[in-house]
Amino acid sequence: MLDLLSNNEYLVKKNVHSYRQGDLFIAHDVNSGSLHILDEDTYEVLKAIEELQEASKQVNEEGIRQLLWQSGNQLTVEELSEIVEELGELRQQGTLFSREAEQVLPAYPEKPIVKAICLHVAHDCNLRCKYCFAETGAFGGSRSMMDLETGKKGIDFVLDLSGHRNHCEVDFFGGEPLLNFGLIRSLVEYGRKAAADRNKTIKFTLTTNGILLNDKIQEYLEQEDISVVLSLDGRPEVHDRMRPFSDGRGSYAKVTPLIKQFAAKRPESSPYALGTYYYVRGTYTHYNPDFDQDVLHMADLGIDQISVEPVVASPEAPYAFQEGDLEKICEAYDRLGEELLSRRGQDKEFNFFHFNVALDQGPCMIKRLSGCGAGHEYVAISPEGDLYPCHQFVGQEDYKLGSLYAENPNQLKEELVKSFRSAHIYKKPLCRECWARFACSGGCHAANVSFTKSLTDVYTLGCELQKKRLEVALYLKIKEIQHNHNPLSLA
Amino acid sequence: MAKHIQTIVKANLSSTVKTGGCGKCQTSCQSACKTSCTVGNQVCVK
Repeated sequence: MLDLLSNNEYLVKKNVHSYRQGDLFIAHDVNSGSLHILDEDTYEVLKAIEELQEASKQVNEEGIRQLLWQSGNQLTVEELSEIVEELGELRQQGTLFSREAEQVLPAYPEKPIVKAICLHVAHDCNLRCKYCFAETGAFGGSRSMMDLETGKKGIDFVLDLSGHRNHCEVDFFGGEPLLNFGLIRSLVEYGRKAAADRNKTIKFTLTTNGILLNDKIQEYLEQEDISVVLSLDGRPEVHDRMRPFSDGRGSYAKVTPLIKQFAAKRPESSPYALGTYYYVRGTYTHYNPDFDQDVLHMADLGIDQISVEPVVASPEAPYAFQEGDLEKICEAYDRLGEELLSRRGQDKEFNFFHFNVALDQGPCMIKRLSGCGAGHEYVAISPEGDLYPCHQFVGQEDYKLGSLYAENPNQLKEELVKSFRSAHIYKKPLCRECWARFACSGGCHAANVSFTKSLTDVYTLGCELQKKRLEVALYLKIKEIQHNHNPLSLA
Repeated sequence: MAKHIQTIVKANLSSTVKTGGCGKCQTSCQSACKTSCTVGNQVCVK
């Protein structure tokens, strides 16, 4: 078995991620998606194999034992042979040291199939969040509202371009979309009818800061089965520092009761964002690398679907991550994983979005290679009807895909579509060598462009955070499976 | 039973190169700053 690893054609570090998390030694077989628990000796054997490969040395039992002995592990010849034999059996089964699939790229039709749009119904906001990529709602332009004609054209656009796909998605976004609630009502009514006329359905979602989430609007969102993402950063002082009103007052006291009230209406929300759901999402920054405390604060409020993500900011911003933050952030993910475990089946149990990972029911390889589909499957529409690859690119002239008011609104700028379609894992040098490539799909295009000015070079801090989240997520997956087989195992 | 390694999940992701790609899955958002999920967090709707 080991001779197969000697010619460096198959790099273990790239294809099998072995690591320690909590009380477990874990091996994740990247190409098959399989997951194993190792004993400590086996973990050290895998690390020794990696080390030998990195030094371009022969991978054999003698070399492995030498390295182990240097680190104080006096594994016997018999024990090592036993481990190598087990590794070989798993290789035979295809669950360890599995080969990378042949490079099959997504086969796209010439004309893009757009199945989701982000409708920027309001380029204005009632908050002045300091980290807002939309520059507090205006996206670098003037404050404006989408009108009914543009909104309807947007709905027609996605129904037209979705081709044979029967399920379309429309997200109401801003700025703060509830500043244009009247339009949302009109477009939901119009969209449902227009979709039904074509034997299609539209799934509507809304992303809101919660300021205007009064009883009437809550009732409407319930009636219409609209999924909702609500913004809350966590502890009052953390939230208020970054999410003030225009007069500087913090918004925590205003939004928290409303968000709690709405969350309580949807106790069965899917952690995988299926069906009609809610999520409360926040952003952490340099100011709160102990963001696990913010997640727990929200969980203690009774909010059970939580997503808190790292800020993406230019390095000169005072809230941008600095040297030294990464270690603290990783520790926070570790603590959060353990706390999530300890609350399973208990009061104040919660789901943390980035720790959800569907291994055997997860997306196919093609989806994993191609990522989010921005710029060809997903398009953002500004209040003026301009089309962009996603909400984060809105207002950036170089990334304008077209306009709903163009002579042919369904004609997207070909070069841009092509560049987004081809920004897949195999085009990103760092991703090709990364063990997390099939879980992260190359990261966020907008973050990559913002930091590297390129769609194929990646934002490396984002990579480190993604890998850490995935390590904890896989650990929790194992714990969940162990618990389901033996419910007392976590007691 | 294996003494040193316990397999928790047996998967065959590589095979989905041939079976996948239907495109029916819901939209994902790599930055996860929106309503839709990140690819790694998604489930296949097939």
